[in-house]
Amino acid sequence: MSETIKFVQGNEACVEAALYAGLDFFAGYPITPSTEIAEHLSSRLPQIGGKFLQMEDEIASVCAIIGASLTGHKVLTATSGPGFSLMQEGLGYAIMTEIPCVIVNVQRGGPSTGLPTSPSQGDVYQARWGTHGDHAIIALTASNHQDIFDITVHAFNMAETYRTPVILLFDEVVGHMRERLVIPEKGAIPLVGRLRTSVSSGVDYHPYLPREDGRLPMSDFGSVHRYNVTGLIHDMWGFPSNDPGIAHGLLRHLVDKIKNNVEAITRYKEYQVEDAEILLISYGSPARSAFHVVENRRARGERIGLLELQSIWPFPYELIRKKCANAKYIVVVEMNMGQVLRAVKRAVDHPERVTLANRIDGVFITPTDIRKILRLIQGKGV
Amino acid sequence: MAIQDYIRQRFFPHMWCPGCGHGIVLNSLLRAVESLGLSKNEIVMVSGIGCSSRISGYVDFHTLHTLHGRALAFATGVKMSMPELNVIVPMGDGDALSIGGNHFIHAARRNIDMTALVMNNRVYGMTGGQYSPLSGYGTIATTAPYSNIDHDFDVAELAKSAGASFVARTTTYHVQQMTEMLRQAILHEGFSVVEILSQCPTYFGRKNKLGDAVEMMDLFKKNTTPIGSKAKQEKPELIERGIFVQKDIPEYCSEYEKIIEKARK
Repeated sequence: MSETIKFVQGNEACVEAALYAGLDFFAGYPITPSTEIAEHLSSRLPQIGGKFLQMEDEIASVCAIIGASLTGHKVLTATSGPGFSLMQEGLGYAIMTEIPCVIVNVQRGGPSTGLPTSPSQGDVYQARWGTHGDHAIIALTASNHQDIFDITVHAFNMAETYRTPVILLFDEVVGHMRERLVIPEKGAIPLVGRLRTSVSSGVDYHPYLPREDGRLPMSDFGSVHRYNVTGLIHDMWGFPSNDPGIAHGLLRHLVDKIKNNVEAITRYKEYQVEDAEILLISYGSPARSAFHVVENRRARGERIGLLELQSIWPFPYELIRKKCANAKYIVVVEMNMGQVLRAVKRAVDHPERVTLANRIDGVFITPTDIRKILRLIQGKGV
Repeated sequence: MAIQDYIRQRFFPHMWCPGCGHGIVLNSLLRAVESLGLSKNEIVMVSGIGCSSRISGYVDFHTLHTLHGRALAFATGVKMSMPELNVIVPMGDGDALSIGGNHFIHAARRNIDMTALVMNNRVYGMTGGQYSPLSGYGTIATTAPYSNIDHDFDVAELAKSAGASFVARTTTYHVQQMTEMLRQAILHEGFSVVEILSQCPTYFGRKNKLGDAVEMMDLFKKNTTPIGSKAKQEKPELIERGIFVQKDIPEYCSEYEKIIEKARK
């Protein structure tokens, strides 16, 4: 099979990538602007013998995919802000029980019902801290359809590698916009499959005992190893425990397995960063406008660059610190009141050099919006 | 296989209070499974949160102890992704019908093949005796110190109208009937609901002055009657026991197989 070229919506690019990554189970609930993901999968999944479920709400959707992941399937759900709020308890359960799954949040304006058909990036911190308790999370994003494809495959790979839920934070603009997508041929992007235990039948299997490399081999429900899965603090067999040592060890493990692998998880792109005096940091659809500004101003000889984040959590603090070391001005371009800005300020040596170029009115941020901020910080007036 | 082989003996004695009815349910359930000769590897037990839900820790099946009220949603994912598994979902009354009420009616509506047990002791036991949607008008609970003004559901009627294809009710007093009902419920292809009236002497019994566990079970003997009995006509307040619904209608996973066939044409 060779590569295929399509002209699709971003949501459809996500579907193509999920199927490429081996998705065969989806459960979801209709919500703008993510619904096309469910619609396309309702037609595509049965064609490959996979399962599509429209559940009664988003709570049930995330629970259903967790159940299906346990029988050995690659699973996905897709939603937007209000639905993502409802998924937080299931998300915490998947973190605690270490069950791989991928959750797409095509962001729209909030809070509450907000602006259902308009773009926003207001869920950056909800992705990070929306579910209760100390935990780590992986959240990825993209600004164009080819990158949506790559990052979605990466999401499935990360979910399997670290036995964890992974969040894809897209936005309404990339979700609904149509552009070219090249679906690579099979095998062009390496896939991480389910790591299954080699422990044979009748031998004690420990579902929650990490190997030396930190990975935890799984055993499918329905196969020879019968074990317990619980959202309570649990021991290496998966049984509830109140032992302070076990509680401490489990929490550390859940956080450290992500924290110690920031480099392997992190994805980013850079344009003309090397000598940039002005460094734009952006992600998702605003990165398209930021890129446009960089191209135009470089043509005029200005030393300006763009760092485009494709992974937001775990936040790549070290990467940001290094890339920003020589910049006089750092401008974070995003469609919220400064969520990634906050993390960038924490990362850099000179937080006073960091400013925000944003929009929060449900209107896509344009190159002109960014130029206005640049004029201000360069002392050129409005 | 001996009954003991179906349990995880190292977790006994169990955590339920003395006199609790949930152990009786566990006993009947294991006898039903044993009589069907099911292999432990083909059973998945999915439970939620509460006293009843701890049953999953004691059985040597694939066990998934999930979130409060969400057991049926997780179970739907397990069953749909691997229809050959037998899925058993024990729930408490608050778990199944308050926080999980939406999942309950929708699982019934889909008629997905699984066995839902509602272990109805009319109280939130684990949190200390608050009223549940099945406590009933006029009962006393730690959150209804003056008397409960919430009316209760009739679980059997609710399951029936939501579309469950097997609906039954029994009590912890009627253990033989319970075993037989659970047997039939597991065998039934479709969404099966078995409501089991269970006693909580610690909270519901104490707060409502119903006596100890034995007296509460004796009450199940006295205030229940077989479906359609003459006693029911004479005393309409009696609670009916037996199988209310048992019908063959298309099951969800089998229906989805037809969708796969259509999609592949």
